Amino acid sequence: MPKRTDIEHVMVIGSGPILIGQAAEFDYSGTQACRVLKAEGLRVSLVNSNPATIMTDPGIADATYVEPLTPEFVEKVIAHERPDALLATLGGQTALNIAIGLFENGVLEKYGVQLIGADVDAINRGEDRQIFKDIVRSIGADAPRSTVCGTVEEALATAAEVGYPVVIRPSFTMGGLGSGFATDEAMLRRMAAHGLADSPVHTVLIEESVLGWKEYELELMRDRSDNVVVICSIENIDAMGVHTGDSVTVAPAMTLTDREYQQMRDVGIAVLRAVGVDTGGCNIQFAVNPVDGRLVVIEMNPRVSRSSALASKATGFPIAKIAAKLAIGYTLDEITNDITGVTPAAFEPTLDYVVVKIPRFAFEKFPGADPRLTTTMKSVGEVMSLGRNFPEALGKAMRSTETKVAGFWTGPATERSAEELLDALRVPVDGRLYLAEEALAAGATVEQVAEASGFDPWFVDQILLVHEIGVAVRDAPSLTPELLRRAKRYGLSDRQIAALRPELAGEDGVRRLRWRLGIRPVYKTVDTCAAEFAARTPYHYSSYDEENEVAPREKPAVLILGSGPNRIGQGIEFDYSCVHAVMALQDAGYEAVMVNCNPETVSTDYDTADRLYFEPLTFEDVLEVVEAERAAGPVAGVICTLGGQTPLALAQRLKDAGVPVLGTSPESIDDAEHRGAFSRVLHDTGLLAPKHGMATTFAEAREIAAGIGYPVLVRPSYVLGGRGMEIVYDDATLEAYIAKATEVSPEHPVLVDRFLEDAVEVDVDALYDGTELYLGGVMEHIEEAGIHSGDSSCALPPITLGSADLLAIRAATEKLAARIGVRGLLNVQYAVKDDLLYVLEANPRASRTVPFVSKATAVQLAKAAARIAVGETIAGLRAAGVLPATGDGTDLPDDAPIAVKEAVLPFHRFRTEEGHGVDTVLGPEMKSTGEVMGLDSEFGRAFAKSQAAAYGSLPTEGTVFVSLANRDKRSAVFPIKRLADLGFRVLATTGTAQVLRRNGVHCEVVGKFSDGPGNCVERILDGEVDIVVNTPFGSPGNSGPRLDGYEIRTAAVAANIPCITTVQGMAAAVQGIEALRRGDIGVRSLQDVHRALLATRGTA
Amino acid sequence: MSAILVLEDGRTFRGEAYGAVGTTVGEAVFATGMTGYQETLTDPSYSHQVVVMTAPHIGNTGVNGEDDESSRMWVAGFVVRDPARRPANWRATGSLDDELVRQGVVGISGVDTRALTRHLRERGAMRVGISSEISDPDELLARVTAAETMTGADLAPGVSTDRPYVVPAVGEKRFTIAALDLGIKTATPRYLAELGVETHVLPATATAADLLAAGPDGVFLSNGPGDPAAADYAVEAVRGVLDARRPLFGICFGNQILGRALGLGTYKLRFGHRGLNQPVLDRVSNTVRVTSHNHGFAVDAPLDRATDTPYGRVEVSHVGLNDDVVEGLRCLDVPAFSVQFHPEAAAGPHDAAPLFQRFVDLMSAQRENA
Ligand SMILES: Nc1ncnc2c1ncn2[C@@H]1O[C@H](COP(=O)(O)OP(=O)(O)O)[C@@H](O)[C@H]1O
Ligand SMILES: Nc1ncnc2c1ncn2[C@@H]1O[C@H](COP(=O)(O)OP(=O)(O)O)[C@@H](O)[C@H]1O
Ligand SMILES: [Mg+2]
Ligand SMILES: [Mg+2]
Repeated sequence: MPKRTDIEHVMVIGSGPILIGQAAEFDYSGTQACRVLKAEGLRVSLVNSNPATIMTDPGIADATYVEPLTPEFVEKVIAHERPDALLATLGGQTALNIAIGLFENGVLEKYGVQLIGADVDAINRGEDRQIFKDIVRSIGADAPRSTVCGTVEEALATAAEVGYPVVIRPSFTMGGLGSGFATDEAMLRRMAAHGLADSPVHTVLIEESVLGWKEYELELMRDRSDNVVVICSIENIDAMGVHTGDSVTVAPAMTLTDREYQQMRDVGIAVLRAVGVDTGGCNIQFAVNPVDGRLVVIEMNPRVSRSSALASKATGFPIAKIAAKLAIGYTLDEITNDITGVTPAAFEPTLDYVVVKIPRFAFEKFPGADPRLTTTMKSVGEVMSLGRNFPEALGKAMRSTETKVAGFWTGPATERSAEELLDALRVPVDGRLYLAEEALAAGATVEQVAEASGFDPWFVDQILLVHEIGVAVRDAPSLTPELLRRAKRYGLSDRQIAALRPELAGEDGVRRLRWRLGIRPVYKTVDTCAAEFAARTPYHYSSYDEENEVAPREKPAVLILGSGPNRIGQGIEFDYSCVHAVMALQDAGYEAVMVNCNPETVSTDYDTADRLYFEPLTFEDVLEVVEAERAAGPVAGVICTLGGQTPLALAQRLKDAGVPVLGTSPESIDDAEHRGAFSRVLHDTGLLAPKHGMATTFAEAREIAAGIGYPVLVRPSYVLGGRGMEIVYDDATLEAYIAKATEVSPEHPVLVDRFLEDAVEVDVDALYDGTELYLGGVMEHIEEAGIHSGDSSCALPPITLGSADLLAIRAATEKLAARIGVRGLLNVQYAVKDDLLYVLEANPRASRTVPFVSKATAVQLAKAAARIAVGETIAGLRAAGVLPATGDGTDLPDDAPIAVKEAVLPFHRFRTEEGHGVDTVLGPEMKSTGEVMGLDSEFGRAFAKSQAAAYGSLPTEGTVFVSLANRDKRSAVFPIKRLADLGFRVLATTGTAQVLRRNGVHCEVVGKFSDGPGNCVERILDGEVDIVVNTPFGSPGNSGPRLDGYEIRTAAVAANIPCITTVQGMAAAVQGIEALRRGDIGVRSLQDVHRALLATRGTA
Repeated sequence: MSAILVLEDGRTFRGEAYGAVGTTVGEAVFATGMTGYQETLTDPSYSHQVVVMTAPHIGNTGVNGEDDESSRMWVAGFVVRDPARRPANWRATGSLDDELVRQGVVGISGVDTRALTRHLRERGAMRVGISSEISDPDELLARVTAAETMTGADLAPGVSTDRPYVVPAVGEKRFTIAALDLGIKTATPRYLAELGVETHVLPATATAADLLAAGPDGVFLSNGPGDPAAADYAVEAVRGVLDARRPLFGICFGNQILGRALGLGTYKLRFGHRGLNQPVLDRVSNTVRVTSHNHGFAVDAPLDRATDTPYGRVEVSHVGLNDDVVEGLRCLDVPAFSVQFHPEAAAGPHDAAPLFQRFVDLMSAQRENA
């Protein structure tokens, strides 16, 4: 069936900010969808509040609305755009829920918008767990027994019936939010309560546990002629009980016979048809009893999911792209498979390689968070790798995660006995594969390890195989070519081999030997068909096999190193910059070659770059890619400054290995990154920095602290996202910090800085070409310095800084850029205190804020940076129209719209072992997973939008609860009074209340948490409060005011109401509330905003 | 122990001995299925062929007593990249490696199967030798070039049953059919039995008279190895069945035999279709089925129109979407149809299973009319 003729304008809904369980993969799918629909000649309008996405680039859709993803705002956009159809199956659960909302409140009907991809009934059948189970049984398949419960009592009754342990799953949540296992009644009471709160429809499913069964997923697609294909099967190494998003997974399924696989396929297809997903992709999860093969269906996602992104990268079959085509009427047989160019998309990809995905966690960021893996997804990112056998793929995946250890034997050896290790294996946690190898090394059998871990014996045996090779490498009298080749074939990195053979003089020694013996990887191609047909797309992965498939090339190539797994502090923003570099370099006549290992990203889409290498971002793997490309044609060089800290850390070694590093030189990078060198930079430029020193012992640290005075800020050197950073108020805490900062050593000293209290923090992104500075934008943080730049909200253009400040900032930035020797992007963080400008840090690379600045100012900074890296000048780029003809981010027109960035925090996903929430207070260590942008003509509105986008709207009336640190009491009086005047009822703790009363703010005193019954925490949990203002005070600890604060903030998170922890945030919120009450907030497309901006700056 | 693989055109791969130690020659073909190696090894259609598995890990689920498609393994040789060291599956009764040794199947592991596959894709299927005894490639090459080619090879009698046997219907028996065993897989009678069909399996050389002797409601032509052009006896038998207007259904080799019986030609494909993911368009229902394929030859018929034959008009009912190869025939004037792919799957998807029902419907329709 050909394209539908009744649709001319499609609206696509994105997934909003990056959250745990809903990350960059939806930028990938959404971007693909928009491109396809546009290519089909349709008008595409898009709503997504996340500025760090490629999909919100003005070029991707015809009208892009960076507006909050709430039914209210999306309705405004619909009213404005009047689309014919709404495509909501590519924006994750967020988009799906909004679509349902707009259907149920009649908005879609009112504006005559039809839902395409999946109709609401189908969505409900797929998402409502009970209806879904009935469907499963109706087609003769099996599902775990369960009941939907609306109260804790019902839950207890059901559990009594199916028996403990039971699984609790809130309806309509994503990433397993609020779900988990209850082993007894007490636990069930607590979890059911949380679950009912988490569910938008306030029901939970209490379900029979099939803990320990094998877990599988199928990715299916269906078109309107009822053709169905299975794109990929995925097997989880972690058994049922660990969320698939947190499991190590493998594609294709490795331990099923054809009979079992076909049975699963039949059930999957029958379920898909019964649920009635009319067109598009869907994901179905199964559990298989390893003892007798009993197959049960776990759940279905009637939309493109995280696994679809993984499946697309794993097979080369672009699920989202095809789903978009199916949604507008095409059938699978009418769509060609891009990769072969000759065969149709109506087929099932077959793999001649193995794919391994490993999740990336961030528990270190949330002290006290329970690290056990369960049915609630906790990982913040993932890596994927491909190899010609499982061990090769596994080895690559393990070193791609960029954790401290990079594969077996690269960490300290364990002293634990086999028994201890087997016990440890019983508890699912991050890194169990390491434990499995250690247990085998300690003498445990494959059966024992399989039994303890729940891993299939086949996988355990493969780990044993790698272990045996490791032993052979370690014990061989000499490392023969045969043995070395064998080691490489099974995925051992040079670093692992070096760890096993100290005499080889480290990784470099191993490489020299390997190269001398001609043991080099070849590059195979992902072609969807196991080589049955020729592939046109150069999507490569390395393998120690025979035949190389890299094609020769004429054009000079530039390699762009990506940012690896998403993690807190290094997320999608960096992929955005890499993708822009690809586009810019293609425009400039280069072949853009992308190297990355993150399956969630746009950069790893096979048709983003000219060539894609899906490889770990380690020195060894990158160097081999460079060599392979050199053999294929001229290589202009490698760009290391766009992918965050990951490629930055490789720059020097690559240069030393003779690889041309483009843009800012490794030496310059070191000048900015290395504290010692950077103080010289500051000294030479005569710029001010907070007093600071470096210590390798507590004694030294205390001396420095005494010298500069408390509070001080302490941190390990060379970190991103403020890892391990703390504000310290006294010697005792300082000693404690040094004690737990294990890696302190002469190479890794601890940095001690004067902590600037109540300073205004400013973030700057600029371009420098050696002569001219282009200052992209100045962002003024709303929270004071001390809250990590990644976590604080900020405004652009700055709202309180005057032009004098801006000129000072510009001058300082220019000095820094010149002295460091920047060739491309530079990010500087300043603090303004008592009219003095302090430099906090300078990062000579693309920063987290580049996409935000680019969208707020209509200037593509990352594109310009890539062109500068290959030798172009800012003057040239101004002439070429890449940069504005005149001026820069410091002289934006007065009527320029205000963009507010707000961070999104994952606190609600983490609980302590006792099931308590984790503290939500912000500090110098970054904790946010993503961000949103609020864009409007005035600050109040923009801020209100940013809050609506991040947390749901601010309340316009009701009750505010206030509890402030002494130092904040004075400055908070005014904003609180304003709220009172607006008619808010004010609750406050004693001290705060006193101050407010004296200032004529009528308020009611409520007890502190420590005061027992009727206290503030209870009243928050009872839903009596609409907004909480609590500024933390007292020293970290588990008693006194700090603990009160902790209880208050976690209660706010549990009650799902805004919780403001700084006075500045408070003031901004008041402006936002006022704007909301005026009720005149509209929507405007980014294209429109940009046209206006560019008109004033002489660029078309 | 090391082993070598030498292709007819001289290209040589080195690897380790896998399965039985020895030397073997046959036609090199690649199979792209990711599951079902046990069914593949025991599929008679692979007789005289050295099968290259493109999926790297083979043997993970071992072997079991239920998944054989015939009484023994038929492949002439087996080429894999990473054989499993141990079986892991609750149905496994043993390891694949041991079973290959027991049945004397010579194999080789550790070769770049993708490189080999690409070579066969570009140069076409060709003869190959594998040996764990001969270390000199030229010596093995000599053996390879001496071996018979697939073109012109009559292999069905070699894999067929030598005496008739009966597979009873499950539950109430509704129809009786005679099946010409040209290399039949056990899945086929199993599917038919489920539909109440009792299958009388007869040797490949059975005549029309033999097939019609028991007065069956229909006749079935199985899959099988070799060049259809060399199986005139079967073509003759089929013509007899067509003369008798007896409902007839053919699969794979059976499709080619029907084609020849109707006077159509057959030809050898460059590298054939061997996989579980092949899209076939059913031109009657206009839907796509993902089907299991295993054929090196195909029927030559015009796609755009019906062809006149001594038995009336015949049209192409199924087309392979990857390369427009004829995948099914439907007679418009006699009760006969056939498909080139495998509705019985094993290994492979079950999308095409309804075709057995179509055969049953054809037989009931015939009954009504009678
Ligand atoms: N009945 C069950 N018994 C044991 N584990 C389960 C059960 N149901 C789900 N799980 C585990 O919980 C995880 C999340 O459940 P799922 O239904 O997939 O929710 P989500 O919508 O979050 O993906 C699954 O990946 C699986 O590992
Ligand atoms: N001397 C200081 N005084 C006050 N706040 C500081 C100081 N140094 C750093 N900070 C705060 O800590 C945060 C993280 O510090 P930064 O140097 O930017 O580390 P990162 O490399 O993680 O970005 C900054 O965003 C700022 O809010
Ligand atoms: Mg799931
Ligand atoms: Mg910073």
